[in-house]
Amino acid sequence: MKTILFIIQKEFKQIFRNKGMLPIIFVLPLIQLLILSNAASFEVKNIPFSFVDNDHSKVSRELIEKFKASDYFKIIDEFPSKNKAVAEMQKGNVDVILEIPVNFEKDLIKNRGTTLSVSINAIDGASAGIMNVYISQIIAGYNQSIQPQLVQYNYGFYVQLKNIVTIPSFWYNETLNYKTYMVPGILVLLVTMLTLFLSSMNIVREKEMGTLEQINVTPIKKYQFIIGKLFPFWVLGLVILTVGLIIAKIIFKVPMLGNIGLIYFFTSVYLLVILGIGLFISNFTETQQQAMFIAWFFTVIFILMSGLFTPIESMPKWAQNVTLANPIRYFVEVMRMVLLKGSGFPEIKQHLFILFGYAFIINGLAVWSYKKTN
Amino acid sequence: MNQEKIITVQNLTKTFGTFTAVKGISFDVYKGEIFGFLGANGAGKTTAIKMLIGISKPSSGKAVVAGYDVVENTESVKKSIGYMSQKFSLYDDLTIKENITFFGGIYGLSRKNIKLKMNDLLTELSLQDVANKLVGSLPLGWKQKLSFSIALLHEPQIVFLDEPTGGVDPITRRQFWEMIYAEANKGTTIFVTTHYMDEAEYCDRVSIMVEGVIEALDSPKKLKEQFNVASMNDVFLKLARNVE
Amino acid sequence: MKRFIGFVTKEFYHIFRDKRSMFILFGMPIAQIMLFGFAITNEINNVNIAILDQSKDSETQKIISKISASPYFKIEQQLTTENQIEAVFKKGSVKAVLVFEKDFSKNLQTRNHSKVQVISDATDPNMANTITNYVHAILQKYIVELNKNNQPINHIQSQTQLYYNPELKSVFTFVPGVMTVILMLVSAMMTSISITREKELGTMEILLVSPLKPIQVIIGKVFPYIFLSIINAVVIVSLGFFVFKMPIEGSLFLLAFESVLFIVTALSLGILISTVSNSQQTAMMISLFGLMLPVIILSGFIFPISSMPLPMQIISNIIPAKWFIIIIKGILLKGVGLNVLWKETLILVGMTAFFIVLSIKKYKIRLE
Repeated sequence: MKTILFIIQKEFKQIFRNKGMLPIIFVLPLIQLLILSNAASFEVKNIPFSFVDNDHSKVSRELIEKFKASDYFKIIDEFPSKNKAVAEMQKGNVDVILEIPVNFEKDLIKNRGTTLSVSINAIDGASAGIMNVYISQIIAGYNQSIQPQLVQYNYGFYVQLKNIVTIPSFWYNETLNYKTYMVPGILVLLVTMLTLFLSSMNIVREKEMGTLEQINVTPIKKYQFIIGKLFPFWVLGLVILTVGLIIAKIIFKVPMLGNIGLIYFFTSVYLLVILGIGLFISNFTETQQQAMFIAWFFTVIFILMSGLFTPIESMPKWAQNVTLANPIRYFVEVMRMVLLKGSGFPEIKQHLFILFGYAFIINGLAVWSYKKTN
Repeated sequence: MNQEKIITVQNLTKTFGTFTAVKGISFDVYKGEIFGFLGANGAGKTTAIKMLIGISKPSSGKAVVAGYDVVENTESVKKSIGYMSQKFSLYDDLTIKENITFFGGIYGLSRKNIKLKMNDLLTELSLQDVANKLVGSLPLGWKQKLSFSIALLHEPQIVFLDEPTGGVDPITRRQFWEMIYAEANKGTTIFVTTHYMDEAEYCDRVSIMVEGVIEALDSPKKLKEQFNVASMNDVFLKLARNVE
Repeated sequence: MKRFIGFVTKEFYHIFRDKRSMFILFGMPIAQIMLFGFAITNEINNVNIAILDQSKDSETQKIISKISASPYFKIEQQLTTENQIEAVFKKGSVKAVLVFEKDFSKNLQTRNHSKVQVISDATDPNMANTITNYVHAILQKYIVELNKNNQPINHIQSQTQLYYNPELKSVFTFVPGVMTVILMLVSAMMTSISITREKELGTMEILLVSPLKPIQVIIGKVFPYIFLSIINAVVIVSLGFFVFKMPIEGSLFLLAFESVLFIVTALSLGILISTVSNSQQTAMMISLFGLMLPVIILSGFIFPISSMPLPMQIISNIIPAKWFIIIIKGILLKGVGLNVLWKETLILVGMTAFFIVLSIKKYKIRLE
């Protein structure tokens, strides 16, 4: 036990003495949290919108007003012809072109249907889909609103249509605030990356410098060395988590409905998994570069499949099964469940259980594969 | 000199794939002697020493160090030996005091004991003024002496020194060997590898490894007589020439 | 010149002998593309929802079966009371609950309208919004069916044309994105590591004392990574083209030119990082931990820049990746040329120059 304390003491001294790394460990993650949380949002807003009005009628102007009034769209310009507008889309200046045909108003009044032409920049398929929905909504809404006016032209025949009203109700996040969703997720990522990168590089560093050999010649036990090495990073992870949560609460006003103690408990176990992975990686690499690369590889895969940026439910079955082995997935879920919905122990106990098992296995493997003797 | 054997090696072999670095060497080291383990770079010295200190598993053969088998009782071996690596393996980003505290602690010394030993060490090496300086800022010679002293903190029976004088000036080398003599006089067995043939003269007995095999093993005086030469350097040249 | 070639050859050996690093360097982009192509999507599929049918009549049954038939949703549970909603959300078993009001059919007959509440778990606002929109769309279709016989003739319809990506394939967003991220991170990281490693090992001084000029040393160190990154770029584009049928509308030559330009930009950033790093560890942490998330999030790769608050949009302008993504998407998917992309290209050139000048200044200060 005392031996472990000696190692912990040395590790902390080395960490704090490294003046170049200190801002990276303490300042960089928090700056990223502040900046990136503001940027990460799938909301589609300020869509550059242009139109070609071949009709120049009261009706066409009213329709365009509806788009001008919408928050989703930013009116860039009116173009005299569709070709000119398409040229602008090539340049990337507009994403939507609405072309209103000649005789738009006349056709509507004379009881004929009429067709608008909508052109959308579909490079970003998901955004394009959403843009399409918004456009359809505005057009349908306008169509609905002019019906009573058109009635008078309808040969005196007005039938009220049946309608089913959808009333949206957004729980836990009425304003659909993306930050509420992203801040806990980004915090998870930052804590994970920091502890994984540092822990995987740390032991390899001693290998590269030769001090690991010196340690292996001493009678120190494997588990003493490993615990001593990883403990400081475990503490570091919790510290960054704390500061991150404070920032989340004070600056981003993220609700914290659930028990924060539960978050700490869960994070403590989670960090054991991450550190175990870092240790495992360092056992199989010879240089810091290799260790960092492998850590990077896993980090990217884990992040992409964590449900942070894209929902896990949308993945094909096989991919969803793969995410069961992704510790980040559980952390992201738990953070959101506890902070935003106030979920308690019973709801997350399965996640906890799985992570405990994971920690046990990965650390066991890591300790077993650490050889004092080659 | 005591006839008690503190290291016995029988047919020790280490193979890496198809390459055999150490080819079944056998020798003994007596308690209290300064044993020089010589050879050219790449002869297999470092590989052999790594097996004796328990960080490399022999492919075959047997070695008993300080009464413990290096394969069966590796950890017990480690309690009884000290080691100074080629790179002097101290933490450059820790101070002298911190390095001493750390390694003392790893070997299980009590804090009180560590303090005592630290004071002795600092006084002996005249490092009191720089005790709180980072080891990385020290000149090579000081690092060398410090590394040696730290290897002895836990008062091991044997201390293994792997090329301890590499890159150090002749005066410092001389001073270092005086430290080795002092330690040997206390009864500690010294196992030192080097490629400086003049240092061979300082040892009680010397073995010379050539391409994984021990080609010569005796006291420097007897070896010079055997090969009819004036210096250990010439002994080595003769052996090396035989290989060609 | 011969010395220089010898130096570059040594650098190549260094790199290619490191099997583990090679594996990651080449495997990473492939793995990412595969993931994006086959596993990751923003589309919703089989989202678990629950139904609270307070009417249980023929209309609600019809609507529910329509929803059930949709590939977007999977009806996980039928609830009986409103109290249960909170519990299922807390557990996370469903993402939304559709509540049909009492006397649904009756209201539809007598008052000509009835209500459906779409209660969504908005902790994921994107999902909630999408679910709401899709349910709305399904209901709209149903309404059209209902009113079959009473369709207003003066009806505005729209015909939508999707440009550059008519099938809305997500590969069109992610191949340029993956290419950008990989080129940026690998080039910056590898360069900064390579230079700081020589500093750490002490061999940098040897190089500087050698007959090689400092500029030759830097170029020599950096050159293999240009080569490596080009291979990566080719692999990524090829995968996109052959496996995912992503088009290459524009000039291959321009594509190559711009890619090399961006690689050089990233490499010069790596050089800059190495001048401020005292160790490999620091260099790696800055180039990986410090660059990865900002590049992914602020470049427009996953999140559209136009949707970000203004300060973020301004910050995104200093990220080289942002400009390269515009260039790459333009060349691959729109087929535009330098006449359109000259602004972005110039910006990249400017950034490269800036990084290099700054590196030289810092290096000179170090020497003194």
